[in-house]
Amino acid sequence: MLAGEAGSATPEYMAQLRAKFGLDRPLWLQLAAYAKNILVLDLGYSFRHDQPVLTLILHRLGPTLLLMTTTLVVSVGLGVALGLLAATGLNSWRDTLISIFALVSYATPLFWLGLMLIVLFSIRLGWLPTSGMETIGAFTQGWARVVDVGRHLILPAGTLSLFYMALYTRLMRASLLEQAGMDYVTTARAKGLSERHIVFAHTLRNALLPVVTMAGVQTGGLLGGSVIVETVFGWPGLGLLAFQSLFARDLNLLLGIFFLSACTVIAVNLAVDVIYTLLDPRIEVG
Amino acid sequence: MAAFFRRFRRNRAAVLGLMLLATVTCVALTAPWLYPGSPFRLAGQPLSPPLGTFPLGTDTLGRDVAAGVAHGARTSLLIGLLATAIAVAAGSVFGGFAGFYGGAVDDLLMRVTEFFQTIPSFLFAIVLVAVLGSSLKSTVIAITVVSWPAVARLVRGEFLAMRRREFVQACVGLGMRDARIIFRHILPNCLAPIIVLGSLMVATAILIESGLSFLGLTDPNVMSWGFQVGAGRGVLRAAWWLCAIPGVAILLTVLAINLVGEGLNDALNPRLRRG
Repeated sequence: MLAGEAGSATPEYMAQLRAKFGLDRPLWLQLAAYAKNILVLDLGYSFRHDQPVLTLILHRLGPTLLLMTTTLVVSVGLGVALGLLAATGLNSWRDTLISIFALVSYATPLFWLGLMLIVLFSIRLGWLPTSGMETIGAFTQGWARVVDVGRHLILPAGTLSLFYMALYTRLMRASLLEQAGMDYVTTARAKGLSERHIVFAHTLRNALLPVVTMAGVQTGGLLGGSVIVETVFGWPGLGLLAFQSLFARDLNLLLGIFFLSACTVIAVNLAVDVIYTLLDPRIEVG
Repeated sequence: MAAFFRRFRRNRAAVLGLMLLATVTCVALTAPWLYPGSPFRLAGQPLSPPLGTFPLGTDTLGRDVAAGVAHGARTSLLIGLLATAIAVAAGSVFGGFAGFYGGAVDDLLMRVTEFFQTIPSFLFAIVLVAVLGSSLKSTVIAITVVSWPAVARLVRGEFLAMRRREFVQACVGLGMRDARIIFRHILPNCLAPIIVLGSLMVATAILIESGLSFLGLTDPNVMSWGFQVGAGRGVLRAAWWLCAIPGVAILLTVLAINLVGEGLNDALNPRLRRG
């Protein structure tokens, strides 16, 4: 394909290339070879970047993990807090306001939100940088660098968080309301405990279970969302790499990222199972 | 049916959503008459701001943004509805068989479903479109492939619960064929949750489609909202409204569908009503 783009390849040369990379063998043999390579973590070679796929991915993994961890912490944290606020003030203006906010954020396309935030904070107000992860050519060190990366992180992480925060807010609210109807809450109330104590000592822990489940399920979605957000903000992570490999028709690289993402999702779901046992001692890792 | 409408009407947010959705549908249906000709046609001076000769302005190449939004509504709704319809049909059959037969069939079908669910859906859609090429058909296929597992799981759960009910036992006792029991007797009884999930899936499908077209992965000859936002991105500094307007269209449509979906949920499951 690269040779074809250069426009100087003779048919004989192409055939020779095909034979060299095993492209003339039957499809299932090629698939078997790929599967065998994956098992030993050999994800192939990216001819575009002239580097092994694994090296490329590991190089880009850091920024994506930073973005995803920040998003996860912010969205779950704020989502739980907002859900709690909404559920404790059921049907008050607080509840209505939070519910409307969650509903609208839930319907907002990520790329659009990102662009609008750029317009507002970077172009109109000039507070935050539009793209990238560090100021180019600044070569800052130590704390100055942390601050610099942090400033670049605010917009992408904020964009990605808002959507998921809406999701967790709604889930937390529904889950708290469901728990509030349970018998043990009535018992606690009969004991004369304050509402505050009931919520924080009893229902909160139980209501967190579905949120944790959802956070696990959504990790995959978070990766997909990061493709869009990283493209919009030029964040040098896996998502941007996936996008570039797509347009460079670098399929080895794209499949490698894809494979790694699926692995991440499985790993996160295992972690979620462990978190369950912390939240609810009745559940055991079996 | 009358009771259903009464319950639906009581939910003001859902009625508002329905009205919004009706407006979008009307615009989508009348787009060829409101804005005849291709939405890619050059209409006037490039980058003229909104509220001038063109109500929503023109983009970098002088295309009428309003025409694009109207034609984009067609694309979004068409892809959303088509992909959801196929996904719901496929998921229902898959989940139905798994729930009805149980045992080994259930295990096999559910492993396949879980396999599809593990893969990050948006990335999967991107890879599918990359492999299948940029066309309307491949976009629909990609969205369908990533969204059917949810239906399959839901339908399986419903079928498992229905399987033990007396009316199903009676059908088996009467010697009915399995296919008839599944499609004539059990499926109509689990329609309510399927409709609710389906309506919410249309919204997700539209979001996925707009994401794909924003990245420039869908058919470049079909106008869509995501494409408009993507095309306006380059001149964000000079003409932010080019990105803002189609985005608002996506936002309102998805919001309307979500509101209607929740209204349907409340109206179809009166027992679940919040206190």
